[in-house]
Parts: sequence; structure tokens; C-alpha cells
Amino acid sequence: MKVDMSWIDYSIMIIYFVFVLGIGWFLRKYMKNANAFLEAGRSIPAWVAGLAFISTNLGALEVMGMAGSGMKYGMLTTHFYWIGAIPAMIFLALFMMPFYYGSKARSVPEYLKLRYDEKTRALNAILFAVMTILASGISMYALAILLERILGWDFNLSLWVSAMIVLAYTYLGGLSSAIYNEVLQFFIIVIGLLPLVFLSLKDVGGWAGLKEGLAPIASSAGYAPDTFVTTWKYTAEASANPLGVEWFGILFGLGFVLSFGYWCTNFLIVQRAFAAESISAARKVPLIGALPKMFIPFLIIVPGIIAIVLMNDPGKGFTLPLDSAGKPVYDYTIIMLLKQYLPAGVLGLGITALLASFMSGMAGNVSAFNTVWTYDIYQSYIRKRTDNHEADDKHYLNVGRVATVVGVLLSIASAYIASKFGNIMDFLQTIFSMINAPLFAVIFLGMFWKRTTGHAAFTGLLLGFLVALTHHGLTAPVGANTLFKGGWLGVVHNYPVEMAQNFWTAIFAFTVAASVTVGLTLLTKQKKTEKELTGLVYSLTPRISDEHLPWHKRPAGLAVIVGVICIILSIIFW
Amino acid sequence: MVDIRYPIGLMFTILGVLVTIFGFATISDSGLYQKSLGINVNIIMGITMLIFGLFMLFMAMRKKKKA
Repeated sequence: MKVDMSWIDYSIMIIYFVFVLGIGWFLRKYMKNANAFLEAGRSIPAWVAGLAFISTNLGALEVMGMAGSGMKYGMLTTHFYWIGAIPAMIFLALFMMPFYYGSKARSVPEYLKLRYDEKTRALNAILFAVMTILASGISMYALAILLERILGWDFNLSLWVSAMIVLAYTYLGGLSSAIYNEVLQFFIIVIGLLPLVFLSLKDVGGWAGLKEGLAPIASSAGYAPDTFVTTWKYTAEASANPLGVEWFGILFGLGFVLSFGYWCTNFLIVQRAFAAESISAARKVPLIGALPKMFIPFLIIVPGIIAIVLMNDPGKGFTLPLDSAGKPVYDYTIIMLLKQYLPAGVLGLGITALLASFMSGMAGNVSAFNTVWTYDIYQSYIRKRTDNHEADDKHYLNVGRVATVVGVLLSIASAYIASKFGNIMDFLQTIFSMINAPLFAVIFLGMFWKRTTGHAAFTGLLLGFLVALTHHGLTAPVGANTLFKGGWLGVVHNYPVEMAQNFWTAIFAFTVAASVTVGLTLLTKQKKTEKELTGLVYSLTPRISDEHLPWHKRPAGLAVIVGVICIILSIIFW
Repeated sequence: MVDIRYPIGLMFTILGVLVTIFGFATISDSGLYQKSLGINVNIIMGITMLIFGLFMLFMAMRKKKKA
């Protein structure tokens, strides 16, 4: 089961580490105040922030998980990209960024404070801070256990070394360092995984050979022969595709609620656009990110699909490690393919790509955590600004630095908790994922309906979350053997697969949050004046004029290009 | 601040040179490349990285000249 690495592989890895740390070291002298450290001084060019925007999301769990999902659901997994991420990124760029960036808010919770009130901010800031630490701990645990099982590295050593490298460069260079490194990491992830895609695809006889190899496997699973290489074709009925969801669930649950909830409200992602050098750069960030994002499925989902064929062909000698219940661990697909195809040299690149994906995700968590902690919790409730702004800035810079260290240490602690109680951590992560859908409802209504009140938003956020929790408690995927998967209040409905349960949880949460917010808004009085809401709400904010730019330099023009390519991809793989 | 294309360009140039040399040094080692279907992927990826690295450096320098 073990992969042997040679001196060349270790050399590649060490060169990467030197550059990652070097970037942090080089940037340290620019970190003179809190604004530079926590917001990158709002000076990042659009293309850099755009690549960082998707690189943060391309964490270890995404890379490992998407290949695993490719193995389970085939090309249907691309719905997470082509109907999920891309439309949401376009919407964020065109319609939400002007208010996020224009409001001068330094975080999503701070936008909630400006638009609504203190309690709405507090609720969101605290949930976000806890969720971020947990997420980073879980991915750290996933990486360390993978390195232990496949490379034979010591669990504690790889956990601490990788965490300390991330800590070093985020401590030295703050958000700028995280963003710059994310760009470097993006390229190493692409280049490291590229040979894997080509070699495995060549081995199964190219795309045509892959289709041919998948046909009998799909048929014996009770699906149409081409199910694994199509996206929309078999979504008329939930039972006709391995995702277990019909087109409406995909379109509304994944395409709208889950994706808009994630991409438009998750501060971890949006923070990259907040750091852009101008409002027009900020609007381009998600669009520039969307261009490479559309092609990521070929890098991390397609290898998973290829692995389906390899698994079913004894001649290839490809197997996945088994878990304690004897089921294959799908998330190990990428690393087992690395082991199968890559000789010394490019193997080092592939392993470095995995480490890079882990680091980009974790640095994202840490740099989002320290900002929310410093501005939304510490500055708001512990030590407010005084008249001496310069001394304050120094003080908050130090708080931000301490928060970076504490954030990393808390992540390490939660990684150890995950190693003891994996199920509970998964469960907590499922629960926290429920805050996004209601949050999107509340921010959306806040941006586009000036009447929306703070009391209504707060209640909508809370009730949406509680409904999601209740729905998870009352439903379970078929064959669930643990209450962590749902049904802990008694099962009233069974979903064919876990994914379907996730989609519907989000749909319920969003619908309830939106209805409650609208209903209560009509019953409560708006306390904010129109002047206070200027710049935060669509109808009260002057339009940004970009008429003087040629069409392809305007955000809307760029959005059209992104949209058209995405539609073409969807049609090719219909 | 610093142009990120310099470190990216420099890193990929170094990695490219290293992996290309390793690829040529192991060119007759058919055992090593059995895994990769007999293809010397090190030479291919090494040269790819080298070109990418030099391109990044070139873009960064061109911008500096203009400024």
C-alpha cells in the first residue's frame, strides 16, 4: 500500500516549501498596520485575487472529495461546477460585489452589521469563527491520515510541520502572503495533477475507451450505459442517476441555494475579492476565477471517473484502501492514482500538489478567521477603537497576529478531536454547512429590498438554521447506519442518497429563512434611514458606470464570455 | 508590492530544470517508466514547467520595463 518517494521527490517538495516561506518572509516588511495584515491593504490586482479566489476553495478536501464523488456519481459531479459554482460566481461579481466592496465592510459579518444590526453580525461572526476552525481541523486531519497511510509519514509530524509552514507564512505576510501563495499553489496543483489525468486517460484508451469501459458498469448498476459520462441526460427522475436527485433538486438545491449560499456569502472565499485594488477589480475577481474553475473538473473529477473503470478491471491492479467497515475509501482515489502512474520525479510534483491544496485551504481558513475575530468580535465587543487611530492600528495588528497563532493551534486541536471522534466532526460540519443557505436569503433580501429589517433578518437566519437542523433530524439517507447521518429525531422520510438529503436540507432552510424574513419585515419597522443604507442596498446606490470601457473589459462582458463557455461545456457533456 | 510572477516564474524554472535533467538522466531506465506506460513524463513535465516559468519571468520583466 505504501508509496516510496526518492530524493528527487523530496527535493521538489523542499523547493516548494522554500518558496512558500520565502514569499511570507519577503512580505513581512509591508505588514505595518492591521489593514495591511488583515485586508492586504486592498491592493491586490484582479487576476491575482481571482486565482486566489478559486485556489482557497481548492483545498485538500475538495481535491480528494471531488475525485471520490467522480467515482460515485460520474460526470454528474460536474454539476457542482457548471450549474453550481459558475452561475453563483457570475451573480456575486455582477450584483453583489458593488455592495460588498462599496460598503467598505471588512468582512461579511461587518456587512450584516452595517445593513442590519449588531445581533445579526454577532450571530454570524461567532458561527463563522467556530465553523472555520473546525473545517481547517478536519482537512488537516484528513491530510495527515492520508500521508500516514499512503506515504508512511508520521501522523503527528506531518500535522505539525504542515500547520507550522502555513502559520509561518500567514503570520509573516498576513492576507497578502496567503493570497500570493494561493496563486503559486494553484499553478502547482494544476501542473502536479496534469500528468495523472493524461496517463490514466491514455491507459483506459482515451475518452472513447473510457465511455466503452463505463457502459457495462453502469448497466450492471441499473443505469443507462452512458450515465457516468452525462450530466443532465438522466435527471428526469431521481432514480435514473447515481446522484439520486432529479433536475429540479439539482437546479434549485445545488444550482441556486447551496451554490449561491456558498460562493456569495462565505467570507473565506469573498475575502479574496475584498482585497482587490478597486471596485472594478473586485467585480472581476470572481469572473477571472470562474475561467479556470470551469476546467477544474477535468483535473479532479475525471480521474475519479477513470478510476471506476480501473477498479473493475482486475488486469490493471488498481484498488482502493478499505475502511473499517470494508468499504473502499473513495477519497483516496487521487493518491492511489498518483501511486499507480507517476514515476519518481513527477510523483514528487503530484504529492506536492496535494500538500499545496491543503495549504491553500488552510491559509484561507486562518486568514478569514483572524479577520473576523479581530474586527467582528474583538473590536466590536472586547476593545473598541479609541481616538488614537494609529495606536489602535498597531494594537489590532498585534491582535490579528495573535489570532493567527491561536487559530492554527485551535485547528490542530480540532484535528486531534477529529482523529478521536471522526463522526462527531463530520456531523458538526454538516450542521455548520446549514448556516450558508439562510445567510444567503438574508443577505440577498438585504441587498435588493431596502425595507428588510434587522429583527426580521436575525429571526430568519436563526429559524432557517433551526429548520435545517430539524430536517436533518427527521430524514436519513437509505441504509444510514449512524444517527450522525440524520434521523436522530426519528425518521419520517428516507432519501435515496446522502447528497439528496443535503440538497433538500438547504432548500428547506433557504425557503424558511426567506419567508420568515419577508414576513417579519412587513410586521416590523425599518430603523435604518435611507442615508444609512446608501451603498448597501441596490435601489439606494448610484450605478457604477463602465460605459467608457470596451465591452470585453466590463464585468458584464466578461460574465457573458464565462457564461457562454460554461453553457458550451454543459451541452458537450449533456 | 512585489510582483507575484517573479517567485512563481523562478520556482517553476528551477523545478523545470531539475525535473528535465532527472528525466534525461533516467532516459534508459525503462523500469522507472513502466508505471507511466513507457512515457518519460519527467522530460515532458520538466520542459512544460521550464517554459511556464520562463514565460512568467518574461511577463514580469516586460511589465517592469514599461513602468
